[in-house]
Amino acid sequence: MVAFRNAETRPILGRGPSPGLRFFFFALLALGLMWLDQRQGYLDGVRYALSMVVYPFQQLVNSPGAVWDWVEESFVTRERLGRENEVLKVRLREADLKLMRFTDLEQENLRLRGMRAATARIAERVMVAEILDVDLNPYRHRVIINKGTGDGVFKGQAVLDATGVFGQITRAGAFSSEAILITDAEHAIPVQVNRNGLRSLAVGTGDLSRLSLPFLPTNADIKVGDLLVSSGLGGVFPAGYPVATVTKADKMAAQTLANIVAQPAAALDRDREVLLVWLTEPAVAEVGPDSSAEPPAVKQP
Amino acid sequence: MSGDQLNRLPMMLSVFVGLTLSILPLPRWLDIARPDFLVIVVLYWSIMVPRAGGILLAFACGLALDAFKGVVLGQHALALSLATYVAIKLHLRIRIFPVWHQALTVFWLLALYQFVLFWIDGATGHPITNYARWLPAFTGAALWPVFAGLLGNAYQRT
Repeated sequence: MVAFRNAETRPILGRGPSPGLRFFFFALLALGLMWLDQRQGYLDGVRYALSMVVYPFQQLVNSPGAVWDWVEESFVTRERLGRENEVLKVRLREADLKLMRFTDLEQENLRLRGMRAATARIAERVMVAEILDVDLNPYRHRVIINKGTGDGVFKGQAVLDATGVFGQITRAGAFSSEAILITDAEHAIPVQVNRNGLRSLAVGTGDLSRLSLPFLPTNADIKVGDLLVSSGLGGVFPAGYPVATVTKADKMAAQTLANIVAQPAAALDRDREVLLVWLTEPAVAEVGPDSSAEPPAVKQP
Repeated sequence: MSGDQLNRLPMMLSVFVGLTLSILPLPRWLDIARPDFLVIVVLYWSIMVPRAGGILLAFACGLALDAFKGVVLGQHALALSLATYVAIKLHLRIRIFPVWHQALTVFWLLALYQFVLFWIDGATGHPITNYARWLPAFTGAALWPVFAGLLGNAYQRT
């Protein structure tokens, strides 16, 4: 033990404040920081700066995966590229066919909406962002993406992927932003059953493959296989994008509320790239009183 | 290794590695059991060389974790400062414990750390009540002999 007794490791007498005092000071500092951050929201600027400091490190951690992807991409065989090309051509043809009808329908829809003076916000501009491969917390569904306020990202922006609604931005930094997934237990998204327009909220469960619809009565017209699309209420998400498919609809007559589970349409656990969406501002601010607010509609039968 | 010419490079390097391991993406089943690498590194240095890093190091590392994990600023900082304070208080005793006894002590320190996180999670309105959240304390303590061995190499170079 004698070897340890140099100036650095000697029991603490006589060199600076005692550990107890130091701990007291830092604990107060930490509590103060938490108070400012959580209750007052004063630290947004600090967070913004921190995200800039943290970003290079996140890029570093992300880089082995990125390099692997690049290597894999560079050595794809000609045969596989050909196959992919075939598939893409077929999909493009199908998409073109749909699009031909879509432009027509869009015009018609706009005309009809104009007549009703109702406006849904339409996705105007999209930008591709890459998900950084860094770990945040296994119990929360958050991701870091490589676009920030420099690219026009803002808090509360909707994030989609190629197949459905992905989530929204919770914090926008200079070069990177944090997004919350629709399956996070703290997230809820206003949805609509595509078949009949029934509106409700889809709440995250903390499980990447499940959303829950806790506010529908047992007599609601919803069944397994129904597509849920975003309703556009709340003004965060554009209307009409696929959110989930109903996989379970338990309607026990003895219960007031149905137990409805849906599977997200977006490939939440496999995505590497997502789409950031900018919405057009609605031309007419006032929507009809029947659809302006969405209470968590619990109809008592 | 005398006076103020303490070589802090090994400590800083191990902190850097610990931080990297803390945010490295892992498959989910491993992710849940991921030991708190950075916490163990900080505890090791505060037991062996309490004056080199101490509570300031713990606070700084905790703040870094807050920034990376995107939680309320000060959460990991408070938890890590507390665990480090206890470790510094006990450091002379912990050093002479046999290694399994050290692991047991570290387990309690890690559990204390997790408890503070758990508590602040609840207080800030994002409670995580899954029992699996205590798993890192167990894996961290179980791997303590390995970490102590690896970090012991770095310690020789201070």
